[in-house]
This record gives sequence, structure tokens and C-alpha cells, in this order.
Amino acid sequence: MTAIEPSASQSSESLASDAQLARERVVSVVQSYGAAIVLALLVVIASISFPTFLTPNNLTNIATQSSFPLIVAIGMTFVILTGGIDLSVGSVFALGGVLGAMGSQSGVGGTFLLPIVAGVVIGAIQGGLVAYAGMAPFIVTLAGLLAVRGLVLAVTNAGSNTPLITDPVTSVIGQGKVLGVSYTVLIALVLLAAGVVLLARSRGGQSILAIGGSESAATLMGLPVARVKFVVYVVSGVCAALAGSLNAAYSSSGVPTVGVGLELSAISAVVIGGTLLSGGKGSLIGTLAGVLLLAVIQNMINQVGSLTSSVQAVVSGGFLAVVVIIQTVLARSQRL
Amino acid sequence: MSSSPDQTVPDTSAIAQPVLEARGVTKRFAGVTALSGIDFAVRPGESHALMGENGAGKSTLIKVLTGVHQPDDGELVWEGSPVKFARPLDAQRRGVSTIYQEVNLIPLMSVAQNIYLGREPRNRIGLIDYSQMFADARTLLTTYGIDIDVKRPLRSLALGVQQMVALARAVSINAGVVIMDEPTSSLEAREVDTLFSVIGILRRQGIAIVYVSHRMDEIYRVCERVTVLRDGRVVHVGDLADLPRMELVSLMLGRSVANVKGRGVTAFGETRESDAPPVLVATDLSRKHQLEGVGLEIRPGEVVGLGGLLGAGRSETLKALAGVMQLDRGTVAVDGKQVRSGSVPAAIRAGIVMLPEDRKSEGIIPNLSVRDNIVLAALPRLSRAGFSSTKNQDAVVDVFMRRLRIKASSPDQQVSELSGGNQQKVMIARWLAMNPKVLLLDEPTRGIDVGAKAEVQALIDELAAEGLAIVLVSSEVEEVVEGSARVIVLRDGRVETELTGADVDEEHLLAALAGDGSGDPK
Repeated sequence: MTAIEPSASQSSESLASDAQLARERVVSVVQSYGAAIVLALLVVIASISFPTFLTPNNLTNIATQSSFPLIVAIGMTFVILTGGIDLSVGSVFALGGVLGAMGSQSGVGGTFLLPIVAGVVIGAIQGGLVAYAGMAPFIVTLAGLLAVRGLVLAVTNAGSNTPLITDPVTSVIGQGKVLGVSYTVLIALVLLAAGVVLLARSRGGQSILAIGGSESAATLMGLPVARVKFVVYVVSGVCAALAGSLNAAYSSSGVPTVGVGLELSAISAVVIGGTLLSGGKGSLIGTLAGVLLLAVIQNMINQVGSLTSSVQAVVSGGFLAVVVIIQTVLARSQRL
Repeated sequence: MSSSPDQTVPDTSAIAQPVLEARGVTKRFAGVTALSGIDFAVRPGESHALMGENGAGKSTLIKVLTGVHQPDDGELVWEGSPVKFARPLDAQRRGVSTIYQEVNLIPLMSVAQNIYLGREPRNRIGLIDYSQMFADARTLLTTYGIDIDVKRPLRSLALGVQQMVALARAVSINAGVVIMDEPTSSLEAREVDTLFSVIGILRRQGIAIVYVSHRMDEIYRVCERVTVLRDGRVVHVGDLADLPRMELVSLMLGRSVANVKGRGVTAFGETRESDAPPVLVATDLSRKHQLEGVGLEIRPGEVVGLGGLLGAGRSETLKALAGVMQLDRGTVAVDGKQVRSGSVPAAIRAGIVMLPEDRKSEGIIPNLSVRDNIVLAALPRLSRAGFSSTKNQDAVVDVFMRRLRIKASSPDQQVSELSGGNQQKVMIARWLAMNPKVLLLDEPTRGIDVGAKAEVQALIDELAAEGLAIVLVSSEVEEVVEGSARVIVLRDGRVETELTGADVDEEHLLAALAGDGSGDPK
């Protein structure tokens, strides 16, 4: 016998007072822009502490390094906004890289077409199982994580082959810059902008938020719940595969072992960016801030030199925990 | 509280063709017939009450009408031609909208977004046009006399306003029929008035209303026709004006006033009133929208029935006593000592235990053995330093299995393998093992077969005879009447009246349930 608390909202009998509204607004700002604020603070601290931080070279580095996880995190944001999760992105990222490198033998078209097709197929299988068969996203994409990683090993002769990229156009896309900004950064920003517009200004975007907000209500309102859920997994698959192929183009090879744990850092970035893990609320701009925040933390630890990358994991993990605690507290304060 | 429907609405019900009809609709779930041969029709501009007690089939019928379920037999007819609603969206597109008891909107999104979800106004390049959307939403809400900031998140609004937003959304999707399922269960009186005036506007626009509520006053105030369901069948269709409340209640409960059965349909023996000092005294139990100042006293050795229609607050009262439900006000005292309210452990320590209504989800743990299920609650008492010996447990289990005549192959048999009646006995045993003073029974014989029912009823008598104070909630009139020494009748979360002595019979109970004073014995 558990205590029953029939809809806590029942106690909110009258219109929220102005003070409550003001508080709600503060809470909402912290939720949406908290990551950006902390990012700004960190950048200031890093600039003061490390003379090498605020150099064009270092900043370009951070931006380029962040562009691949950002693309993955964009897809992940869509999935999480529906209340789902995609654990397969790290493996799909690796598969995208390997297939991209293999495809680059037949030109730049192959570099990107092959991974995108693979991303669509994997996303469609996972999305189909989640949306139409009603299976739990966690399990479906965990299976995806394992199976796709196996697939990567299969196509690379148990990981012993690392296909190299020799196609010059592919290399330009992966390594070239315009006005000091990498093409990969530009591609990531274009995808981000498209995502922002889609989320805020399209019916599909509104449906994503509605499903995450209350799936049963969305169903009763006649929204195409299954189709939308299907699509977000396809989008996530494509984003991960595309990011993988860009990463391959950047490093001139499709390394089979990349992307291990990438799903976790992508989820961290999305959650740090203020998107609720339960879905329904969040933003891609927040995700951008989350990705950059993790990158800046890593960069700062690298600057110290005496610290290893394991410290970076501890800091990132601690950071994530703090964000989740803050989010929980904020969400609770809103419900009262 | 006027008892006639809004007079300004033209009475078209007799002439016009029905906008939505169900013809011979039958629906079965896993072999159990939920609806059988239902004929139901609503006409444009009519407001039609759909009445019935728990399990009558109201919600199943609504789900068929709104495309959530498909009928196994029979058909739906829209404006004279057969239709099929394969999913809720089909029904909505055709013009059937539904307002649920719980507001089914997205709390985090704005009022305007909620109204236009899935059909947002778009500009030339296909992007959502927010300024258009906000303006449309404002205009729409103003039509129904609702003046709110449409950019506010829905969550920040009062529940009544949220309900209005849901209604506005429903009717703005070209509604021909609006189905309202308990729309007022969480509204303030003032908000109910607003809702009813909106219903008036809708009816003048020729929209048909299907109104489901257990609140008699509302039904008579806002509806003109009624269809009464019982056990999945239509038992009455007609004008509400021609149907006295008493009659309506009898129809819902299946007890004709002229044909009250004699005693002896249950296994209850003679009931005793006790004049011992009360073991349990509850005063002013209140919780917004659910209970309003309920007070009761229960003496050792007596069975007190709680009467009331669906939603009258019977289960809520039990939950309040058992500490399962948080209260806004009110106190519960056992043997003169106040029990901390809203705490199950405190209630159990004080000796109040409850057998919940839903045995499956709130009571038994199906995969555990009979022994484990019985000793579960008593474990802390049977343990020393956190360990509990099987020998101690077996002693307790053995006593109760014999005393309650639980039919199981052994204490190790899984509870899920037992019959419903024996599962119920296991539940009772679990609580008796706690040495309670007050036993709260919510529908103790629901879903168990006739023989087991009689056994459980006889057991209730025995327990009372042994000095236990028992509160009994049952939707079966004869069970309440024959099992209880006194019946406290609840209505809309308040104590309506109390039947004692010779007044504890079906006739008086029905009159009290109808609540129009016509059958008041005094």
C-alpha cells in the first residue's frame, strides 16, 4: 500500500499569483540558460588562469572538437525531448566513420551517402521497435549499441582494418576552414539552426514537445505519436552516422574503436543543457552550451597538464550530477 | 440549483436526426462482455446524460464512441451513415470531441499551443505563425467568456481554467458532439457555473453534449435526456424531466423501489448495534473536491456501512481513515488517542487497517506465497533484530489459514494460484495478523464467486462478533443493508444522513442515495 497523491496540481486552486509567476520565470531562465551562464563563467575563469586559452588556435580547436559530439547531441536532444533515449549513437558514430572511409574510395558522395543510409536503416529499426512495437527505448537502443558495435567489428575484420581516406574532397570537408572556421563546425551549426527552427516553428517540433510533455494527452489530442517517435530515432541515427563520417574525414581514417561512451557524453550534454530527461522541455541552444561546457572543462584540464583525462571524467560526472540535482529541485519548486 | 435544463435552448431533440448513434454495440474484453447490444443516440443541440454505476459500461461506451475501442458487434452512425473510428483521431476529425475528468493537455506548453497542437496556423513557408495563433486563441476563448493570457504555460492556470481550455480546443475542432466525462470533478462551484454557461452556448450552436457525471444535481441542471446503463446494457432512455431522482437511482442500482427483495440474499446474520464507547472517532475529514467535513464514530463489535453512489466519497473516507490519503483538515482518533493523519504506519500502529478496493494492484503480491503474503505486514512484529524465523511465521500463518478457512495446498502455494475469494481471505489474514482494532473493507466481495462471497460475509460477521470494529463499503445495496448495523450515507463528499435500527433497509438507503429528501424517513 503506497500513499496515493492524486494529481498534485489539484491543490493549485486559484490563479498563480504574480510572485509565483515571477518565480516561475526565474526557474525557467535558469533551466534554459543555466548551462550558457556557467559556460560563460568558465570561459572567463579559463581566460584568466590560462594565457593559452583565449588564443585563436585553442578556440578553433575546441570548436572543431565539439562539432562532432554536437551533431550527435542534436539528434539525441530530439529523442530525449520525446521522453526516449538513444544509447546506440556511439556505435553508430563508429559505423558511420568506418563506412564513410570505405565509401570515400568512390568519391565524396560515398563518404557521406553510405553512412547516412546506414543511419537511416538503424534508426528506422530502433524507431520502429520503440514507436510501433511499443518496446522500451533503453532496451532497444542498448541492443543497438551492442549489435552495431559488432557490425563495426565485422566490417573491419574484427577491428584490425582501419580504412583510410584518400579522397581529396572528403579531406577538405573534414579538415578545411573558411575564415578560420572549420567546415565541420559550419555543418554542425547549420544542422543546429535547422533543428532550432524545426523544434520551435514546425508542427512536428511541437508534437515532439507535446509527446514528451504527456504522451497520453498527445495521443488523445490526435497527434501522430508513433510516427513522430519513429522519426526522432531515424534523425538520431542519421546525426550519429553523419558525425562519424565527418570525424573520419577529419582524422583521415575510419577508426573502428571511436565513439565508445559517446552516447553517455551526448546524453550528459543534452541534460546539462537543460533538457528534461523525462522529455517535453528543453532546447537545442542548451544542448550547444552543454557540449561546449564539456569541451571547455576538458580543455582546461588539458591546460593544467599535470591532470589526466580521468580527472576530466570525474569533473564532468560531478558536473552532471550537480545539474541533475538543480533540475530536480527546480522542477519540484515549480510543481508546488 | 434549478432542476430544469436551460430554457433558452430550443428543444430539437424530438425532431432532429441524431448526429451520433451507436446501434447494437457490443464490446468484449478477454471474454468478459463490457457492452452488450447498446443503442445510444444524441441529437444536435441536445445534452444527454449517460448514467450508470461502477462497471455499468459508461467508460467503455465512451471509448467506443471516441475511437479508442472498436465495437466487436454493432456499428456507429454519424448523421445517418455508418462510420468506423479506427483511432481517436478519426473520431475527432469526424467531429467527436472528448473532455476528460483529468485535463488531457500538455502542462508545460502554453494555452495557445495546447489549443492548436497538431493544427497550428502556418505562414507561407510552412512555419508556425505564433502571432496568428495567439490572436486566434484569444478570440476563441473570449467567445466563451474566458479572459486569460494565452501565452502562459497551461500548468500555471487553475484546473477549472485548464478544463475550459480543453473544451475550447475540443469545440474549435469542428465538433458536432462533445463528450464530457466527469468534467466537474475537480472544479469550484463558480467554475462549474462557467462550464454550464459554455455548455449553453455550445447547445445553441447545435452541438450535442454527452454528459457523464455521478452528481445528480448537475445532471438535472444541465441535461434534458438520459440513458442509463447497467451491467453493459441500456436499461432506460428518456427525458430527465419525467424521471424522478429516486427512480433514476433505482435504475442505476438495479433495485426497483416497488420490488425490493426480502432479506436473506446474503450470508450476513443479524446485525447488532453496540453501545460501547466508540473505538474510532473521526471528525471533519476534508480534502478538496473529495471530502467535506465527514465525521463518524465506530464502536467495537459493530459493522458500519458506508452508503453512497460512485464518487460520493466512500473509498476516500476509508483512505482518509487508513492514512493513505492526505487530508486538508480533520482528525482521526482511536481509543481517544489522535492518530497522525496521512500516515499509513501511524494508522496501522493505532490499529486501523484497510482492505483496499483493488485487490490486485493494491493488495496481494501475486508471486509471493500464501505465507509471505500473510506475514508481510506483521513482519516487523515477528522479527527480532531484522530476522524472522519461519517457525514463528508458520505459527501465525497456520492459525489464520485454519480460522479463515483459506483453501490452499500449502502455505507455500503462490497466492496468484488461489481463487479470488481465497485471495481476499489472505488479505484479511494479513491485516488480522496485526491485531487491528478497526478493519476497513472496501468492496470485500467484488469479483469473487457466490460461494466465496457468502464465506467472506460470514467472516465479517464473526470478526465483528469478536469485537472488531468494521467499516464496510460495498456497491451492492443488499450487502450494505444486511451486513451493517448502521449505514452512514455519503453524497458529494458529505455525510448526507445516517440510517439506524429498522431504517437500515433498501428503501431508505435508495431514498438517501437519491438525496432529494422525498424518501426521508423522518
